[in-house]
Amino acid sequence: MQAIYQAKGLCKNYGRRTALENMNFEILPGRLVGLLGPNGSGKTTLLKLSAGLLVPSAGCVLIEGNTPGVATKTVTSYLPDRLALPGEMRVDDMVSLYGEFFADFDTAKASAMLADLKLDPRQRIGAMSKGTREKMQLCLAMSRAARLYLLDEPLGGVDPAAREYILNTILRNYNENAAVVISTHLVEDVERMLDEVLILKEGRLLLHRGVDELREESGMSLDEYFRDVFRC
Amino acid sequence: MEWNITPGRPVYLQLIEQLELAIVTGAMPAGARVPPVRELAAEAGVTPNTMQRALQELENRGLLKAQRTAGRTVSAGTEQLDTLRRQRAEALAQEFWKQMQALGVSTEETAALLRAAAEKENV
Repeated sequence: MQAIYQAKGLCKNYGRRTALENMNFEILPGRLVGLLGPNGSGKTTLLKLSAGLLVPSAGCVLIEGNTPGVATKTVTSYLPDRLALPGEMRVDDMVSLYGEFFADFDTAKASAMLADLKLDPRQRIGAMSKGTREKMQLCLAMSRAARLYLLDEPLGGVDPAAREYILNTILRNYNENAAVVISTHLVEDVERMLDEVLILKEGRLLLHRGVDELREESGMSLDEYFRDVFRC
Repeated sequence: MEWNITPGRPVYLQLIEQLELAIVTGAMPAGARVPPVRELAAEAGVTPNTMQRALQELENRGLLKAQRTAGRTVSAGTEQLDTLRRQRAEALAQEFWKQMQALGVSTEETAALLRAAAEKENV
């Protein structure tokens, strides 16, 4: 099977500081991949490089063989770790904007998801709580029929009840040809639904492994393993 | 179907156990059509890959059979079901026995307790 995503010798420096160092890995279609690591380990940098918001200092990212640009953005649904939408717009404005902007956006699906999560279509983004905003952004990101989903901390501010709905939404809405990369600190909440895990440590790839293999080898849950590796 | 997945053990093994149990108890009777992988996966809150792996393993053991057109059916024979049921029962008995030992309950007491529990249930 052809990899949908490749990182080849990927490096990123911010001035003199190294954020990512020589990262090499591949992701196959159909895989749900957890991106884990302590604060400042390079998760957001990696996702931004993949979304084409940052340019590598060395090496490259290839999505379906292309470096990030117009071609990859049409097949990549990126959920940033902070609000990137104008606060004066309303929920239904965003749905129609996404509908016009992305050819693979399913307006009916987005509206149904927003209704399930009880988001008021007329609410202004600027007036939303952090959790409500995150729910809306995730609905928008998952309503695209993308080949690659890059979700940066989609769950941080979301209440536990909605978290379960959102995880289920992710599970139900990606297809066998698509891959999902999800960065999070809520390891316990997501680990059941991950195929693989990428663990970053100080800008390096510490581990890339199937989650069940890791459980078999370590005898621990992913959450326990993570806490064990990064004990302060 | 009710799923109970704990994070400490490989998820595909837990799926295999719980599907096996559903087959043995008749929740998924012989000849029944197995729901699609994606549906089962979403229900259990796991990825389709993991569910696929579990179903494949049950297929290899002869408990499920892939149909040429679409999907799978339960294909376990009576003999196979009996064997599985016995294995399950033995494992449960062993576990129960260990826990009683840990509590310091004697063999006779354990047997008496079991009989009493059965009578209580049967009333």
